[in-house]
Amino acid sequence: MTEIKANASLDLRGIMCPINFVKTKLKLETLEAGEVLEVILDSGDPIQNVPKSIKEEGHRIVEVKKEGEHFRLKVQKG
Amino acid sequence: MADHFIEDKTTKVNVNLEGKEQKIDFNDLKSGGFIKQRQKDLFTVRLRCPGGRLSTEKLVEIAQIANKYSKKGVVHFSFRQSLEILYVDYKEFNNIVAELEKIGQKVASCGPRVRVPTACGGCEYNPNGLTDTQGMAKMVDEKFFGTPTPHKFKTSFSGCPIDCARTKEMDFGFQGVVEPVWEEPDCTGCTICSEACKEDAIVSDPDTGKPIFDPMKCIFCGDCIRACPTEAWKPKRYGHIVRIGGKHGRHPMEALEVCRFLPDEKVPEAIQKTIEWYNANGKRGERIGNAIKRVGVQNYLDFMAPVFKAIPAPFGK
Repeated sequence: MTEIKANASLDLRGIMCPINFVKTKLKLETLEAGEVLEVILDSGDPIQNVPKSIKEEGHRIVEVKKEGEHFRLKVQKG
Repeated sequence: MADHFIEDKTTKVNVNLEGKEQKIDFNDLKSGGFIKQRQKDLFTVRLRCPGGRLSTEKLVEIAQIANKYSKKGVVHFSFRQSLEILYVDYKEFNNIVAELEKIGQKVASCGPRVRVPTACGGCEYNPNGLTDTQGMAKMVDEKFFGTPTPHKFKTSFSGCPIDCARTKEMDFGFQGVVEPVWEEPDCTGCTICSEACKEDAIVSDPDTGKPIFDPMKCIFCGDCIRACPTEAWKPKRYGHIVRIGGKHGRHPMEALEVCRFLPDEKVPEAIQKTIEWYNANGKRGERIGNAIKRVGVQNYLDFMAPVFKAIPAPFGK
């Protein structure tokens, strides 16, 4: 998979649900449609919940990388 | 000295209704949703609120009526999601029923019959919801409410396997399910699905990241479908797990699962036939779970075969 360039980044390691999603949502609001936000999420609850909430809000997850105990996601604003 | 722990045992009284002297038997009133309280002459009026859903407009109107007729100015949310107006004087029954009727609010029932169905929020607004539980509760209420049965007959609808509506404790319960199907070309091997699956039904291949799926562990919640970023996991079909013979009370019983993936359109038929079976086989005062225990579940399953049999098992197993 080719590397997708992010317009902004959020490190959400150690941030609990649903605050991690709320922070993602607020950050996405500052971006233009089509721009990409990189978020880093813990495994467990955050990775179980945040991606589906992102999808439900109409954004696209365009890249997922597992890095040890966390995930690096690229989210394209819908 | 009066002991307030001793109930008022009178069951028959003379009342003046619409200018005529009549006898009311309190025991008959239960069938109409009027429940005798400890306090002399006072009753609880149980409203009929399928799925526990009310429009705010109606709630305001009910509140005004409750405020007028409850001697103590209190209501109670029943354990089956209906609103109960407490401390209503039986002499006012006709008036309160007339006022409730004017706003389109019906009174519930108690006793040996099909009760008001309960339901969770369902797929309309709950992110976990897989089935339209509220729509189903409304349908069951319209079609089956009050149908006489050997003993009480409680139904409920849960929209997902979290089962907030406790279908395992119902005489007849319906729990929403989705059959997931994975399509390899759309999968990027991101491994989110194996993280999202709380049942360990999906593990990721260490080399490709693609899912290795164990259908035996799947409980059909749809978490994989919702989590998948590329729609490689898709919903193949939605339906209900059907459970029979559960109850709570003094001697709780867990319901038996009798069908998987019953589609919405077959729910009325399943209820219709189950009531038929219950009325033919249940003894007076016997819950359907005990009737099934006594007669044998196979007898029930044979009777239900026209409804349940043709439904394919999930994952073709």
